[in-house]
Amino acid sequence: MSDAIQVHPEYNYKVIRQFAVMTVVWGIIGMAIGVLIAAQLYWPALNFDTPWLTFSRLRPLHTNSVIFAFGGCALFATSLYVVQRTCQVRLFSDKLASFTFWGWQLVIVLAAITLPMGLTSSKEYAELEWPIDILIAIVWMSYVINFFGTMIIRKVSHIYVANWFFGAFMLTVAVLHIANSMAIPVSLTKSYSLYAGAVDAMIQWWYGHNAVGFFLTAGFLGMMYYFVPKQAGRPVFSYRLSVVHFWALISLYIWAGPHHLHYTALPDWTQSLGMAMSIILFVPSWGGMINGIMTLSGAWHKLRTDPVLRFLVVSLSFYGMSTFEGPMMAIKTVNALSHYTDWTIGHVHSGALGWVAMVSIGSIYHLIPILFGKAKMYSIKLINTHFWLATAGVVLYIVAMWASGITQGLMWSAINADGTLTYSFVESLQASKPFYLMRFLGGVLVVAGMLIMAYNVFRTIKGHSLKEPEFQPDAQAA
Amino acid sequence: MSSFWSIWISVITLGSILGCFLLLRWCLSNKTGVKEGDDMHHEFDGIIEINNQLPRWWTILFYVCIVWALVYLLLFPGLGNFKGLLNWQSSNQNIRSLAESKAAVAALAENGIISEYDREIAQANEQFGPIFDAYYARPITELAKDEEALKVGQRLFAQNCALCHGSDAGGQRGFPSLSDDDWLYGGSPEKITETLLYGRKAMMPGWIDVMGEQGIKEVTAYVLSLSNRPDLDAGLVSAGKDRFGACAACHGMDGKGNQLVGAPNLTDQIWLYGGTEKSVIETLTHGRNGVMPAFKDTLGEKKIHLVASYVYSLSQDK
Repeated sequence: MSDAIQVHPEYNYKVIRQFAVMTVVWGIIGMAIGVLIAAQLYWPALNFDTPWLTFSRLRPLHTNSVIFAFGGCALFATSLYVVQRTCQVRLFSDKLASFTFWGWQLVIVLAAITLPMGLTSSKEYAELEWPIDILIAIVWMSYVINFFGTMIIRKVSHIYVANWFFGAFMLTVAVLHIANSMAIPVSLTKSYSLYAGAVDAMIQWWYGHNAVGFFLTAGFLGMMYYFVPKQAGRPVFSYRLSVVHFWALISLYIWAGPHHLHYTALPDWTQSLGMAMSIILFVPSWGGMINGIMTLSGAWHKLRTDPVLRFLVVSLSFYGMSTFEGPMMAIKTVNALSHYTDWTIGHVHSGALGWVAMVSIGSIYHLIPILFGKAKMYSIKLINTHFWLATAGVVLYIVAMWASGITQGLMWSAINADGTLTYSFVESLQASKPFYLMRFLGGVLVVAGMLIMAYNVFRTIKGHSLKEPEFQPDAQAA
Repeated sequence: MSSFWSIWISVITLGSILGCFLLLRWCLSNKTGVKEGDDMHHEFDGIIEINNQLPRWWTILFYVCIVWALVYLLLFPGLGNFKGLLNWQSSNQNIRSLAESKAAVAALAENGIISEYDREIAQANEQFGPIFDAYYARPITELAKDEEALKVGQRLFAQNCALCHGSDAGGQRGFPSLSDDDWLYGGSPEKITETLLYGRKAMMPGWIDVMGEQGIKEVTAYVLSLSNRPDLDAGLVSAGKDRFGACAACHGMDGKGNQLVGAPNLTDQIWLYGGTEKSVIETLTHGRNGVMPAFKDTLGEKKIHLVASYVYSLSQDK
């Protein structure tokens, strides 16, 4: 990636290009690992009796690589791009930006080595051991300083709403990461959490839920607030709606962690409080969806010709669906059915694949031609193919997990006339098996779409432009 | 929790909810200085924002959810030490023994507090208790021939015992098979019930410090000879026989074991920890610890009666 093709000399596009390309690379790797472990659940022999290929070690590698490698690179690329464009100023420090990029790649590589080796702090979504945690904190600080530094030297008077969300996301993630990772090291590769018992569980889910709330929601809402109006060429629907939903969202999300610990040793008051706040949270979440979708009013016809806009709009639909589903599952009565079942996995993936991945993919398709000085992507048709593969894959995945999860929930609580449980655990596992195949197929479609994206991005960067007629959706086989 | 933390929690909780409410009210009225429907007069990289009113249905939804949350926090525990108007709690907390649990249940009933767990248990006992009472009144030898009783016992087994002993009760390495005639602690109805009620702790000491590696090798050869293993070194076997006196204390001079201490029979080709030369050497070198947990407090005597009947039936000719 040479600097010679910098389109806008004022802005630092180099780091954006790096992060944008790595988004695609880590997306493929992270999702492919997901497909492998989905296959292992159906064909257990696929762990080949090799410790580092087992589900238990690859599962944290999958979650870390899709959330922090794929999602993280997408957030770095878009936030550092958006903050420059909407503040009309070059990044505060190019050196820091470079440090953030290489530091983050180092973190990812270390994760890819240590997790399969079985080195883990055993905290979900925070499995990396303490030396890597410290590295993450340092790299993250370089990012925060660069982002806020750029906002401080901005050349416009106001701060755009996308930057509010990006700013809230990175500050909160810093606090969450540092507080949750506090541990006492006993060796270079092993540490013990500073917290114990129910307190440890609560801190873990305070972190865990806000990894979802701030990393995977606030950050991506920032992305949405720039790329949706930009791609649609329409004004943002309501400034006042963005004010109220921003402040309500960030003040409520932080309370919602206890709903992951319903019916556990967590005190009753903590559980109830987490549930009550989760319910209110539903409304500001939908505020973001409404503001995104309504921004399209007057531009709906563009959906027929612009598959990039389709990615963005469908991501908002999945966002709306997941943020309805989430508060519903936080209700204790519903949770009694859904908890510990595949329903939770389905919910996470409708958020992660439907919302996070789709809004990122749409944004990257928007960015690539701009970053590499091309008029447009190599092939619009292939973007459309990717769109249908991704949509079909996500739907297949979610439906499979809903069916499997509800089946499990009902089987686990079914009782006989004498009060004994009707089914043993292994029987519910047997009932889930066909859905595991369906989930695997959904995952294959999603990864296939990502491979097409990689090809399209590669050809675009190489300077190819496919001679294809004006995009006509009706002529598409898909 | 101290009243400081109780107030801390309540103030921050109610403050956050009130904050959301005031924020909503504030944004409902137009304080932007821009006419409703106009753009906000600031532009970011070509993006402008419209000063549109909040959607009405969404505003109503916001109010509904706020009211719902407040009502919920009024009815259920949530605001620090406040127990909620329904006097509801999920279960008794900080319980360390069955006696403490029973005392807590009684105390709650006296104070009119509803513990959901206790209530569900009481309901279940009322509904299903008579079924188990009836079975409890009949001897295990009789229940072992009753199809219906065995079905109940098998379900309890699948939920509580199959994890270690397998869903077919065939056992696995370290966990004995319950479907054969070989019993570590005895296969009579009384002995099976005793095992289930109080659990078992088996302890075979490690012998490496006493016998040394050569000694272990010799004893291994002798132990394997007890079940007629072919191709053994006759010298090792006879040397091992001389050392076997140490083992005989538990396993008996003839190696047939002793059910009083749970010492396995070494002559029957049934191996709890594996019968290869390597496994036997490992057992002799480091010893073994086997634990069967006690189920008296979790399942109760009546359900254990049915599990015992099922387990007993597995080794009976039907």
